[in-house]
Amino acid sequence: MPAREGTYGLLAEFETPSDLVRAAQRAHADGWRRMDCYTPYPVEEAAEAIGFHRNKVPLITLVGALIGLAAMFSLETWISVLAYPLNIGGRPTYSWPAFIIPAYEWTILWAGLSACFGMLALNGLPSLYHPLFNAPNFRNGALTDKFFLCLEAMDPKFDLSETKAYLQTLEPTSVVEVDY
Amino acid sequence: MATKEIQPVEPERGAGVDPATGEYRVLGQGQTFKSVTEKISRIVLTPNTPLGWFALFGLGGAVATFLLVAVTWLFLQGVGIWAITQPVAWGFAIINFVWWIGIGHAGTLISAILLLFKQGWRNSINRFAEAMTIFAVVCAGMFPLIHVGRPWLGYWLFPLPFTMNVWPQFRSPLLWDVFAVSTYATISVVFWYMGMIPDFGTFRDRAESKAAQYFYGLLSLGWRGSARHWMRYETASLLLSGLATPLVLSVHTVISFDFAVAVLPGWHTTIFPPYFVAGAIYSGFAMVLTLAIPLRKFYHLEALVTERHIDNMGKVMLATGFIVAYGYGMEAFMAWYSASHWEAFMFWNRMFGPMGWSYWVLITCNLAIPLTTLWVRKLRTNVAFMFALSLVVNVGMWFERFVIVVTSLYRDFLPSSWGTYRATKWDYMTYIGTLGLFTALFLLFVRFLPMIPMNEIRLMLPGAKITPKATAKAGD
Repeated sequence: MPAREGTYGLLAEFETPSDLVRAAQRAHADGWRRMDCYTPYPVEEAAEAIGFHRNKVPLITLVGALIGLAAMFSLETWISVLAYPLNIGGRPTYSWPAFIIPAYEWTILWAGLSACFGMLALNGLPSLYHPLFNAPNFRNGALTDKFFLCLEAMDPKFDLSETKAYLQTLEPTSVVEVDY
Repeated sequence: MATKEIQPVEPERGAGVDPATGEYRVLGQGQTFKSVTEKISRIVLTPNTPLGWFALFGLGGAVATFLLVAVTWLFLQGVGIWAITQPVAWGFAIINFVWWIGIGHAGTLISAILLLFKQGWRNSINRFAEAMTIFAVVCAGMFPLIHVGRPWLGYWLFPLPFTMNVWPQFRSPLLWDVFAVSTYATISVVFWYMGMIPDFGTFRDRAESKAAQYFYGLLSLGWRGSARHWMRYETASLLLSGLATPLVLSVHTVISFDFAVAVLPGWHTTIFPPYFVAGAIYSGFAMVLTLAIPLRKFYHLEALVTERHIDNMGKVMLATGFIVAYGYGMEAFMAWYSASHWEAFMFWNRMFGPMGWSYWVLITCNLAIPLTTLWVRKLRTNVAFMFALSLVVNVGMWFERFVIVVTSLYRDFLPSSWGTYRATKWDYMTYIGTLGLFTALFLLFVRFLPMIPMNEIRLMLPGAKITPKATAKAGD
């Protein structure tokens, strides 16, 4: 982890999603990698522009689903066959068709919980503090009607004055420096 | 596209109609990111709660005390205070359970199935439909729990390692119910909360009071709208919809197994699962209308919940209403075609027996009134009519469950064990109490949480269109 002091990055504000997407595409084409877009609603093109195409949420969901399925089906089998076998008119104890329903429900339960919590974990949430909240204009519209592009100081190309000048060429409404 | 062929309607239909398609607009004209955000967040972030809210909340809370009194007395006295006895051993508790769960299903249908079908119009109504689902499941879940007689032993339903080594019986539909309903409640809450996270972020940034900033700040989990976050979020939403769709279909199917697996005329039928699911969606859409119509009026949300929504919900009700009608028809047909004396008697008794009136209430409320009038577009977009109709269907669907439960049970195989069913005041108080609880919970939701998903509405606005790079000139 880098020292949590100094500059987090430079934040450029845009009025429309199209301006943001074009700026992000340009910055990505110019070799920027440690960057992110901030939008008030999902803008798929912005994620594409910064080179974020795939995520691991589906994989986590699949694993969760399989765990739920296996856990419930084996629990049912173990209870009904070994732990507490009930002889009801000589019917088989391993009555798997009846076990399908709880196993099916648990598949969905575990998959759904994995999707939600997996998404939050991959996003690093909850994280109630973030340097961007220090930017004077960020909380004034990032989740209402403004669009932001942040070039982060972690990027090897980052240089405070040069990057600021570079961002100005992308025609933002404003560029501000964000501190940790 | 079929909608293209519809001729533009006459101008008297008003400004809500888009001349290009002849359909009502999904959103009113002239909305921007800012106006939508302001309209929705003002409802929650205002320091002035409307007086009408307090009046309704007071009323809902007062009615909910019936539930408190009835349940307290129930715990002291046992289920004997209800009208359940032999042969009608299942009474109001199971009727209300199925009715409430059914109502909940429309919320999941709107939020999950219509999302998968890319029905953009659902965005305005999905959040409060989901809230309706959760509160309906809360009301529903209470009934089996208090019906078990000794609710403090309710945890016996779960496969927990007890010291006495007793385990649940996994071949029983009643146990399947436990898993179906608990999964449904959990996934509904997760889906609902996840949908609200970005909107809580908006509230956090717009709140003026310190308390609101902390409250919504915590709930938002620090959401900041990163493009990477949004993509994972969208993937998770889509996956949850894909999971909630088979879930919602399975829940009412499993509930119908409670009946269908029993070897009892009137219950033992294979039409039950699809017919229960369709009935659930039918009653749920009626409840969404019952809630949405006063809400949009009271909070002036006509630009966000438009005639298009009311029209479309009417169409869904028409379709599911006909599936329900098919179910009724098939029950009658099988009573005759099975050539079973017991089936035929049960059905004759259901229609013309001492409780036959309830069957005709059901036919009137569920089939005769809605399925004749919902064809007419003028009526489907008439707000007052749709509100009245939604109440009629809610009543009808309650009677459907009454008919299934009571009229199948009160004439047993032997005339010596015939009985009747007359609900006691405790039955009524419990039921009416849950209506109060539901109202109170829903009002709290409307006051403190974002009832329309702002982030999803923004996506539908014309400003969200990305213009291609070719047309992008400097300074545009």
